[in-house]
Amino acid sequence: MRGSLYNAIFAAGITLVLACLMLGVRLGAEGTTLTVYGAGADRWEWILAGVGLVFLSQLFSTQLGRLSSRIPRPDLGALKPQDATWKVIKPWLLAALVVGLLVWPFMVSRGAVDLATLTLIYIMLGLGLNIVVGLAGLLDLGYVAFYAVGAYTYALLSEYFGFSFWACLPIAALLAAAFGFILGFPVLRLRGDYLAIVTLGFGEMIRILLNNWTSITGGPNGISGIEKPTLFGLEFSRRASEGTQTFHEFFGIDYSSGQKVIFLYLIAVLLVIVVIYLINRLMRMPIGRAWEALREDEIACRSLGLNRTVIKLSAFTLGASTAGFAGCFFAARQGFISPESFIFIESAIILAIVVLGGMGSQIGVILAAIVMTVLPELAREFSDYRMLMFGLLMVVMMRWRPEGLVPMKRPHLELK
Amino acid sequence: MLELKNVNTHYGQIQALHDVSIKVNKGEIVTLIGANGAGKTTLMMTVCGDPHASSGEILFEGESIQRMSTSQIMRKGLAVVPEGRRIFSGLTVAENLHMGAYFSDKAAYEAQLDHVLGLFPRLKERYHQRGGTMSGGEQQMLSIGRALMSHPRLLLLDEPSLGLAPIIIQQIFEIIERLRSEGVTIFLVEQNANQALKIADRGYVLENGRVVMSDTGEALLTHDAVRKAYLGG
Repeated sequence: MRGSLYNAIFAAGITLVLACLMLGVRLGAEGTTLTVYGAGADRWEWILAGVGLVFLSQLFSTQLGRLSSRIPRPDLGALKPQDATWKVIKPWLLAALVVGLLVWPFMVSRGAVDLATLTLIYIMLGLGLNIVVGLAGLLDLGYVAFYAVGAYTYALLSEYFGFSFWACLPIAALLAAAFGFILGFPVLRLRGDYLAIVTLGFGEMIRILLNNWTSITGGPNGISGIEKPTLFGLEFSRRASEGTQTFHEFFGIDYSSGQKVIFLYLIAVLLVIVVIYLINRLMRMPIGRAWEALREDEIACRSLGLNRTVIKLSAFTLGASTAGFAGCFFAARQGFISPESFIFIESAIILAIVVLGGMGSQIGVILAAIVMTVLPELAREFSDYRMLMFGLLMVVMMRWRPEGLVPMKRPHLELK
Repeated sequence: MLELKNVNTHYGQIQALHDVSIKVNKGEIVTLIGANGAGKTTLMMTVCGDPHASSGEILFEGESIQRMSTSQIMRKGLAVVPEGRRIFSGLTVAENLHMGAYFSDKAAYEAQLDHVLGLFPRLKERYHQRGGTMSGGEQQMLSIGRALMSHPRLLLLDEPSLGLAPIIIQQIFEIIERLRSEGVTIFLVEQNANQALKIADRGYVLENGRVVMSDTGEALLTHDAVRKAYLGG
């Protein structure tokens, strides 16, 4: 009890200090000078109520812990039907899911389709980072750099050489992979925290390079007017550019701007399916197991004759190429990219998706990507508090499901 | 089969092995005993190429291996059971064993899997269980089984009896003898000198990084100095 009292006083004190700094005072301009304003009485009441809440929750943390342990944890494994039936219905379920994904956009609003496309991009990024962090256990804080490489590959090749989206897709993936390889070589000797710091630095380097190489990348102004993808040469614009035809003219239907959005969405679905399939394949191959083994025990891996550099590099390179893929699509969808799109917070969000979903689990990562992109949209009016909600979500997850939404499953014996 | 000629090993400035010469012939069980910090594990690791020997020569089946990288050495037909078992605790027994046969083809893998599961029936019972959920003895069996999956001609064992109950140690040593009868050469590093010398054909005593004695297992077992130092008088 004494310990928890000290704990509670300490936590409440810290809350008070933080709240005073962040909510209690405000800087305002008065003429040419800055003035500090104090918060109003009602805000102070809120702050004190918050401090009181922290104090009480810390004081009774053991009791609360006992209570929260009574909240049932959803056992997703139990929802899954028996293995035999599962085998029968799995292909049907997958088929239904794919058909649903393909039909769904024609029935909802343009905004929803747009959001779904964004979600699909994050799913791709999450799946890619999942290889690096979730499977190989290499903490990469600069993942967004490869995303940027992919995006700028398409933007630059399209602007200067007139390459089409479809030609750039593999090029972007390859180039991002090459960057991953080049970074990986010197960096993968490092472990844990050191690796995280170096990758963090690399992410910033790429962004700053893009920001300052004005003559080629346009610097902070970015690149605009990036060509949209075409369907076998058919454009999705109102009027065709010279020598081409538009989609609606070719099929003799009315033009609607929704067609383009849906087309982009369908491309995203296609890309995600390809990525999921490839990664699934890789995970079942010996190399996938080697990634996991390396995460578990490096020395044991070496004792079995595995070359750790090759294995780490392969994980890093594959993860990077997925990001390149996603980046290329991102550039095509936005039509405009600037270094602003590739700041550290993006890396943090992708990492949060992987951790939230359950390291190494594909379904978990997909679910987490949906949660992380759809929730902020739903809670638009709280957008000022987005980071706060992020933090809260993380704390709740750590308390409630520390192993992630859908932890990577492994067969194990049940004691009956 | 394995021969070390005047091997010196350094950790930075500190010399851990001084002019160590050891020979392991085909079909033998050779044991290396010594106190804590004598350099037993260092010697084992030097054979595996981590750290590399700073001078001297290491021959495996007549081929000099001391300049090769660890991953190259470990694919030559020798396998090591590292100190402290080091199984992949999050992977199942099946996956652990599969990792051991990373470089073999499917047919060889299946044949060797049958063989290893025959040696360790316990692993068959636990086949789909995570490695980390097993008892220490089972984990040691898994560690040995995993090393055997690559079908090695020479098996290096680093303290397989570490932290195990006497009855399990007995079983492990029986397995080691059985492996020898199947033609696997064994180099055994042990602190449990009594048990190790009983099954060993020959033994080396390591002290402060130097080989101070070498003889047959029996002779060392009855040798006064050895008895005093390692076998409790």
